Amino acid sequence: MPAVDSRLGVVEAPSRGGGAHRWTARKVVRYVGLEVLLVLVGILFLGPFAWLISTSLAPESQVFTTTIVWIPHPLMWSNYADALNQFPFWEYFRNTMIICVAVVVGATASSSFVAYGFSRVSWPGRETLFVVVLATLILPYQVTLVPLYLLFKQFGWLNTYLPLTVPSFFGNAFFIFLFRQFYLGLPTELSDAGRIDGCNDLAIYWRLIFPLSKPVLATAAIFSFIGAWSDFLGPLIYLTDASKYTLSIGVQQVIGQEPHWTQLMAIGVVMTLPILILFFFVQRTFIQGISFSGIKG
Amino acid sequence: MRRWGALERRNLRVGLFFISPWLLGLLAFYLYPIGASFYYSLTNYNVLQPPTWAGLDNYRAILHDPIFWTSLQNTLYMVVVGIPIYTVVDIAVALLLNTKVVGQPFFRAVIFLPTLIPAVVLSILWLRLLDPRNGLVNVVLSQFNISGPGWFSDPDWSKPSFILLLLWGSGNSVVIYLAGLQNVDHTLYEAADVDGANWPQKIRHITLPSLSPVILFNVILAVIATFQLFAQVYIISTTGGNGSNAAPGSPLNSVLFYSVYLYQNAFSYLQMGYASGLAWILLVITLALTVLILRSSARWVYYAGSR
Repeated sequence: MPAVDSRLGVVEAPSRGGGAHRWTARKVVRYVGLEVLLVLVGILFLGPFAWLISTSLAPESQVFTTTIVWIPHPLMWSNYADALNQFPFWEYFRNTMIICVAVVVGATASSSFVAYGFSRVSWPGRETLFVVVLATLILPYQVTLVPLYLLFKQFGWLNTYLPLTVPSFFGNAFFIFLFRQFYLGLPTELSDAGRIDGCNDLAIYWRLIFPLSKPVLATAAIFSFIGAWSDFLGPLIYLTDASKYTLSIGVQQVIGQEPHWTQLMAIGVVMTLPILILFFFVQRTFIQGISFSGIKG
Repeated sequence: MRRWGALERRNLRVGLFFISPWLLGLLAFYLYPIGASFYYSLTNYNVLQPPTWAGLDNYRAILHDPIFWTSLQNTLYMVVVGIPIYTVVDIAVALLLNTKVVGQPFFRAVIFLPTLIPAVVLSILWLRLLDPRNGLVNVVLSQFNISGPGWFSDPDWSKPSFILLLLWGSGNSVVIYLAGLQNVDHTLYEAADVDGANWPQKIRHITLPSLSPVILFNVILAVIATFQLFAQVYIISTTGGNGSNAAPGSPLNSVLFYSVYLYQNAFSYLQMGYASGLAWILLVITLALTVLILRSSARWVYYAGSR
């Protein structure tokens, strides 16, 4: 590696080994300037989070003052208890979790299975059909929105979780894509070895390929969990009975009535927390997945 | 014609077996609905009575519907004003993150975090942040003696408010730009260093051209996403910006975007035929915009392979 850090494009960071670049006053100024700029950007992005947490802990009266109080006094931890009790939080939470679990299981299992057919077996027409998989990704959902609603209505599925969960069992185009890329990277010798041991494709998939795909599995599971957890339009259209509501719809109904902002913010924190925790577990794979999907274009 | 061997036939069977769940899904959740949607767009259908044939009536009515034009105009505003802003800011942030400053992984996570917040929470948070009287933004502005606007409750400011909200949540594309920046051929920068180029020159002549395929990809994604904008807009606009009930797209239809109007027609007015017509027009518009952007890309996108 040459000591030149020019790939950064913007700045040549001072390289510790000396060599071509030395700490000149200009470079130090530029380096410090960039760091300050980055911290400022970080504050702009983190500020609303801090405000969310701060308001969730403030007394309701403090919400309507025009002074900024970052650390409320007194800290109203009771906002959280009040919010979870006043509003059928646990019921909505349970409903949301039922949907999330079904979607995560359905989407990961079906997508990894389908991806095997698109990667580890070669058959005529495979690539053409895979283009169709990708095409479904860019079809605006509005085109299928009305007919699917009417179809599910005919099935008698309105006001049930079926319209929100059943489609995930038929493969998700984006996850099929992720699994396929991963499977294509596994050596063919793996399948050959399985075949010599008398495995058919189903056994090769289940015993050899699937267990190796844990990183993609985790990414797909978390993507689909977040999608189902945050979904708004689906539950809005399909769930009419308040006892069936998910958190998203339940909370939205409360905003429309007389909102207690501190309690809403507390619920906001509670709704965001599971996602943040999951995100920190798989941050690396997650971001790789995103950049990866971005590069395919 | 070549006859397929036993192995090829076996592989075809195995392949189709594995993709069969997806094939069924394609039929039930894509092909059938696409066909049905087109059929419904040619009918009058209010769900209660069976559909009646209407020919092109829905399309004619849509083109004479002033609210359709309002929703299209509002959406195009978000495309024309919003997307250049996200693009410039996201690239700037990605460039900043791509320098060797301390804490890069931390800042990358910070910028990505807002994209993880559920739409409902995002809406609650921004309703408070942009509250005209005591929201954080206006309180900060008032300390500089600026009296802040009414944001979501002011028809002149509601669209910029959503641009701000979406900009905060555009960490996805920052991450994609960052990946693109890490793929830039560094020998180009080394050559530029030898030639004594300064950093604005390097950005203009190396970074941006190398990044242009990624910009193209992100811009097309953003156009599609703008036409699908729904949850935040529905939640925020129905509160009227202050917690009371209002029609989706309020105030004064200023944030009645395309998807919101389509939703209203389908699920508030139960005009399924009309809504399906809107969906097909949406498909044509997004396709046309995508083709337009792809065509223009010949002039500004640089592919390393084709010099």
